[in-house]
Amino acid sequence: MHETDSMVMEFSVPNTLESEIDELITHYPEKRSVTLMALHALQAHFGFVSDAGIEWIAQKLDQTPLAVLELVTFYPMFSREPLGKFHFRICRTLSCALNGSEKIYWALCEQLGLDKNVHKRQTTPDGRFTVEFVECLACCNKGPVLFLNEDFHENMTEESVSKLLTICNGDNSSERKGTGK
Amino acid sequence: MSNEEKVQAKVEVPMITFKVDGQTVSVPKTLPHPVTGKPEPISIIQACALAGVNIPHLCYHPKLPVAGNCRMCLIEYGMPVLDRERKPVLNPDGSPQIRRIPRQAIACATPVTPGMEVYTQTEGVVRARKSVLEFLALNHPLDCPICDKAGECKLQEYVHQYGQETSHFFETKLEKPKKKAISSKIVLDNERCILCTRCVRFTDSVAKNPALGILNRGALNTISNYPGTEFEHNYTLNTVDICPVGALTSRDFRFQMRTWFLSETPSICPNCATGCNILIHSLKGHIYRLTPRENDAVNSCWMCDSGRLNYKWVNDSRRLSNVLWSEAGRRDEIDWETAISKISAALKSSSKGSTAILVSARQSTEEIFLVSKLAKLLEAQTDSLPRIGEGDFLLLNPDMNPNSKAIEIFGLASATPGANVSKIAKAIESGAIRNLIAIGENPVEMGIEPGLLSRLDLFVVCDILGNKSTLEAQYLLPGASFAEKQGTFINAKGRVQRFGKAFDPMGEARPEYWILSSLLSALTDKLWPKTPEEIFNMMAAELPAFNGMTWAKLGTAGMNLLSTTNTTEK
Repeated sequence: MHETDSMVMEFSVPNTLESEIDELITHYPEKRSVTLMALHALQAHFGFVSDAGIEWIAQKLDQTPLAVLELVTFYPMFSREPLGKFHFRICRTLSCALNGSEKIYWALCEQLGLDKNVHKRQTTPDGRFTVEFVECLACCNKGPVLFLNEDFHENMTEESVSKLLTICNGDNSSERKGTGK
Repeated sequence: MSNEEKVQAKVEVPMITFKVDGQTVSVPKTLPHPVTGKPEPISIIQACALAGVNIPHLCYHPKLPVAGNCRMCLIEYGMPVLDRERKPVLNPDGSPQIRRIPRQAIACATPVTPGMEVYTQTEGVVRARKSVLEFLALNHPLDCPICDKAGECKLQEYVHQYGQETSHFFETKLEKPKKKAISSKIVLDNERCILCTRCVRFTDSVAKNPALGILNRGALNTISNYPGTEFEHNYTLNTVDICPVGALTSRDFRFQMRTWFLSETPSICPNCATGCNILIHSLKGHIYRLTPRENDAVNSCWMCDSGRLNYKWVNDSRRLSNVLWSEAGRRDEIDWETAISKISAALKSSSKGSTAILVSARQSTEEIFLVSKLAKLLEAQTDSLPRIGEGDFLLLNPDMNPNSKAIEIFGLASATPGANVSKIAKAIESGAIRNLIAIGENPVEMGIEPGLLSRLDLFVVCDILGNKSTLEAQYLLPGASFAEKQGTFINAKGRVQRFGKAFDPMGEARPEYWILSSLLSALTDKLWPKTPEEIFNMMAAELPAFNGMTWAKLGTAGMNLLSTTNTTEK
């Protein structure tokens, strides 16, 4: 199946995901409290949060779509566009910045053909890689640090990030790697 | 125990005493929540308002839930010092010792406690207000010269009062959308918005339509509706009123007139039987806008959009402005004196019971009262047209006439209003009715054919705008709109409310009470009262239902009629 086809595909939430969210609802006194967890679950499954996803969650949790959208636009960890198969999140808070996180970002951008002067989330045209700066990842003694998908990498250098990229480039499976579990 | 006493007994709550700027004040311990009505501890801003001390505020609105986000109402306060037995520690002079709380608090979300001392004018408070304003103005464009809110903008007022001419900040201001069409009636300027969320809270908790929210984060925050949906209901324009800055502007009023040139006349909305209290904003005989006027017994601080925007007809170029007399295919302008004497002569010479009067429930109570006198004098048949529309849960009444209650009190309509019209039509056909007087009503629209009207000896129409009946009228008397005369309307709940005159009627047009009073004087050869005040006082003295009201006692808030059970026992 071509990617363009999958993007126009009708939105449907698989039963396993819906039952996961139904189970989450039992953990909270109010349905509304599940909104963030449900957004995480949808983003983990679809790779991003779509309008249809927002409306599905709103209906599921008796919220207005606007209330869900408010959350989505508040938190930078939610993406409204499809993320790459490999998602680099590089810390740029003080300790990491002092230790050269910018060089890591530049190295990644240069090797992936992205604009290193843009400080916004960027995805390669083939849709495989997404690179962005994020705020503190809570490992300040081992900066610069980054997340590759949900896996944590410390003490990064330009060399070690190139190695990571080589491993990614050699991975041709369709599965998204690094669940963090 | 009467109803009023019961209500009073219900709201009686224990009082607490506190001090504001050295003044000792007692206030109720709780006040009802503006939306749910549940008793809630009284906040410092509410207590100070009761004590007559105004604390600057932007996001706080007495009729909305508290948000506490603008920080404009920061005050300092102190609490009585308690000893180990939780008894107040006293100073040598016997006064309670007060410990100043080292941090400022927001007055809108801090409850008053007994013995508390609030300071609203200290150096620290003034400094806090200046700092808050500096932050609020950080990304505010300060484009007051082209802002519709200028002159009635809270931010402008406070910056004028507390602001400083320089800012510590030199960064470029953020640019945001300046004319986002948020609905068909409202334009949003995101740069002027200070994110107080009054509009969000209003549409959610009062209009029960949570259409607005805040997207994005920090300095990029913007008020928005859900993309692809519209912010459309019949109360949206109230958000323009409560917006403390010029972020929400009404398309109808946008760039039309500087607010300080407009005169405000207290009035009553004539578009339905709710009788929302309003202000007419006018200049040189022209209405620029209507806004709600607070009256907790009727409309709180709100009014509906359909009522608010229905004023254009007052300044319509097709308004009737000449007294006209038609005879033998000719139509001539005549003066009022001639018209009144000709009409009264015609009525005097015809027999009792040969006249019918159609009177609109859009006329003032005084006019309807004079019509009842005229009808009695002429033994006339009468009726009035009901106008039924769609009501809603908040303010809009399905009865689109503002004064059906007065028609009911004076018995000028048939049991089913409008049902007499066909009888009147038949009586005209049979020749039993020779004279027809229509005041604000359109007999052709009510079902009396122009062919029948031409059979009448006398056909008088008193109206504001031309219609099929005014074309047929033998005497056409131009009347005054609600903005051009004084009077009262009685709303669906029996509240008698006064409306004021914003400007003179156009051309030769005269208020209908003046026309009716002149006609009665000519018919009875004695002088009838000619001002709304005199007519009202005469009417109120005659009818027990008015319960001793006088024009002066009505004031701007109005008074309730005795309950309907009482009006029938006379």
